[in-house]
Amino acid sequence: MSKADVAAVILWIGATLYAVFGGADFGAGFWDLIAGDAEKGERPRAQIQRSLTPVWEANHVWLIFILVVLWTAFPEAFGAVMTTLYVPIALAAVGIVLRGAGFAFRKSIRSLEYQRAMGAAFALSSVLTPFFMGAVVGAIADGNVPAAGNGDAFSSWLQPLPLFTGALFVASGAYLAAVFLVVDSRRSGAADLESYFARRALAAALVAGAFAVAGLFVLHADSSYIYDRLTDEALPLVVVSALCGLGVLVQLLRGARRGLRPLAIGAVVAVIWGWGVAQFPYLLPTSLKISQSAAPGPTLDAVMIVFAIAAVVVLPSLGLLYWLSQKELLGE
Amino acid sequence: MPLLDALPLAASESNLLAARELMAFTLAFHIVLSCIGVALPAIILTANWLGLKRGDEDAMRLARRWSKAMAVTFAVGAVTGTVLSFEFGLLWPNFMERFGDAFGIAFAIEGIFFFVEAIFLAIYIYGWKRLSGWAHFWSGVPMVITGIGGAFSVVTANAWMNQPQGFTLDAAGKVVETEPFKVLFNPATSYEVPHMILAAYMVAGFLVASIYAVGMLKGRRDRLHKLGLLIPLTIACIATPIQLFVGDTAAREVADHQPAKFAGFECIQETGTHQTEYLGGVCTDDGVKGAIGIPDLDSFLVGFSADTKVIGLEDIPADERPPANTLLHLAFDAMVGIGTALLGLAAWLAFVWWRRRAMPQTPWFLRAVAVSGVASIVALWCGWIVTEVGRQPWIVQGFMRTEEAVTEAEGIWFAFAGILLLYAALGTIAILVLRGMSRRWREEGDGTESESPYGPSPTPEELVR
Repeated sequence: MSKADVAAVILWIGATLYAVFGGADFGAGFWDLIAGDAEKGERPRAQIQRSLTPVWEANHVWLIFILVVLWTAFPEAFGAVMTTLYVPIALAAVGIVLRGAGFAFRKSIRSLEYQRAMGAAFALSSVLTPFFMGAVVGAIADGNVPAAGNGDAFSSWLQPLPLFTGALFVASGAYLAAVFLVVDSRRSGAADLESYFARRALAAALVAGAFAVAGLFVLHADSSYIYDRLTDEALPLVVVSALCGLGVLVQLLRGARRGLRPLAIGAVVAVIWGWGVAQFPYLLPTSLKISQSAAPGPTLDAVMIVFAIAAVVVLPSLGLLYWLSQKELLGE
Repeated sequence: MPLLDALPLAASESNLLAARELMAFTLAFHIVLSCIGVALPAIILTANWLGLKRGDEDAMRLARRWSKAMAVTFAVGAVTGTVLSFEFGLLWPNFMERFGDAFGIAFAIEGIFFFVEAIFLAIYIYGWKRLSGWAHFWSGVPMVITGIGGAFSVVTANAWMNQPQGFTLDAAGKVVETEPFKVLFNPATSYEVPHMILAAYMVAGFLVASIYAVGMLKGRRDRLHKLGLLIPLTIACIATPIQLFVGDTAAREVADHQPAKFAGFECIQETGTHQTEYLGGVCTDDGVKGAIGIPDLDSFLVGFSADTKVIGLEDIPADERPPANTLLHLAFDAMVGIGTALLGLAAWLAFVWWRRRAMPQTPWFLRAVAVSGVASIVALWCGWIVTEVGRQPWIVQGFMRTEEAVTEAEGIWFAFAGILLLYAALGTIAILVLRGMSRRWREEGDGTESESPYGPSPTPEELVR
């Protein structure tokens, strides 16, 4: 494994953590959005807020991590993506502003009217942001980003696969969030909320699963390179994802909670790594290989050292935050 | 040939201006929040420490309120900082593509600091109720360290743009070798980083103090207000004299290493000794008009002798001179002027404290403190105008011109207009939210934040009970 490959793995680890934890935060926004009017949606929204408040900012930093690793270790790929997919990327950036600010403001104001407005900004952008991020990822997987950059600003992502990937991102975030919220509600001792989110987790699992299967067909029609590899080298991971997804369904139908979170995470992680394996050795299939885009050796060394420090410093801190949060030691 | 170039250039020039304005605006917005993020934790922990050590209820209440305000400013800062990360790629893709492997290293390190800061900030802000006093205090300490570390990483990246080193280019101008340590510790790091960290402490300190000064001027002269003014003001006043020393050193370094920038903000046209220092005025090709001139002072400030030779713009190739020299010159003067006035404020506080062991509370002192917050922000912006506009036309001094770096994407002016509206709303709501919190604390006491969205309602478990 070359240094460039290691850097690509680091990038993928960051993307995985963002997809799971950041994705779940966006998904929680989705449930907030469709929770109904102020009265009906009050308790689910309260649970969503309690679950998100201490962790969303830390989870958001994975996105920064992805960006800095990409531009440091693979500057050419970064340039190519940015000069081609700037429309969905800019829209995602606006969504990030509205999501974070809306969420932070909503809980700091008292007037119901303004809370509604801020809540709408938070919830709506929680759906749009992962959609545009998914469109970016789908456009890359689709091979629509030329290595030299400056690809078409619209036809690069207004295609079936990117739009489908956007929808899949929204669905999988909602799926993870619902599963996490089931466990959180259970811990809070709110049985009605537990079943409220369990019903939604089940629906989201079915939708996300259907999207994933349908996605394979779109891939088949659209992008033969990824499809071929997904059904070959990456097939074990696809199978793992499907099994985890089925496991979640079974547990939800049985009303059991054991292993719910690990299984749901496993389903999403396996897809992300399946995609990674399918893309290898390309960063931008099939125009730019990992090795062609990589920064000089010392820079890659620096990225690895930074990641090692992050593993030693950030992960235990993040663990502490989650532990305190799960122990209900954090609250307003 | 120039005629042929003129047509395609017109579009990219418009893009360049739009991208620069957008970058400047979003940076100016974010930098205020970064200052708060870097320095407010230390101010909060000082109050928290006083509260724990001396059982001071007022200090404790201040720490708690400030941390709640910080939850709002940090959230806005986190998202506006993310916008800047996106903008590096969206607005300056050629810069990132060519130099991301050198320049990016600093940001990778910043990522770690930001991560740890976000984590411990959450633990500190949401740990008031259920963590023990000192455990809670110590959970806040990493914020202070990571704030400084984060500031180091980001500012050292900017320092590298001013004095780039630690990379080798091939014939095509591509970076083929890097030396991360040389990138991180470039010559400009030594003055830019402390200058910005001190600026953060000044902005956060004077800003918080100014809010309490306004309250005191409105007649709220309780102990809480006095303490709320004194703690941040003391911290800012300690930073101020050090800042003037660091800033003075920085100006000399710029004169040595970036003579075009120095000549730009001092508006020096002709190279020579015995340069006059001009305060204010309008910069023209014939020198400064309508300014107060102090003979020899500029040369003296650069080399401690009137015989020091200072390079003028005449010796800089016309296409490498910084633009908008009057803006640069006035921005520099405003920064130094405000810094000096704030030093006067610090001296005032120190003198009265030395004579009476009490802080001055006269209306004029309170008025001075009340404007110090906004003044320090203006000085901060002016400083960034000096360093960023003064580096033009370069994005990487001597290696890449800003016009080479800019995107070819269309619609940057449109994006600028959109961001302007979005940030105007963001800033307005943030201020309204903070004012609302403050009014609530005043009217209803602490601990009255709504626990859940959509109206005051109990937590789920309370509902279950």
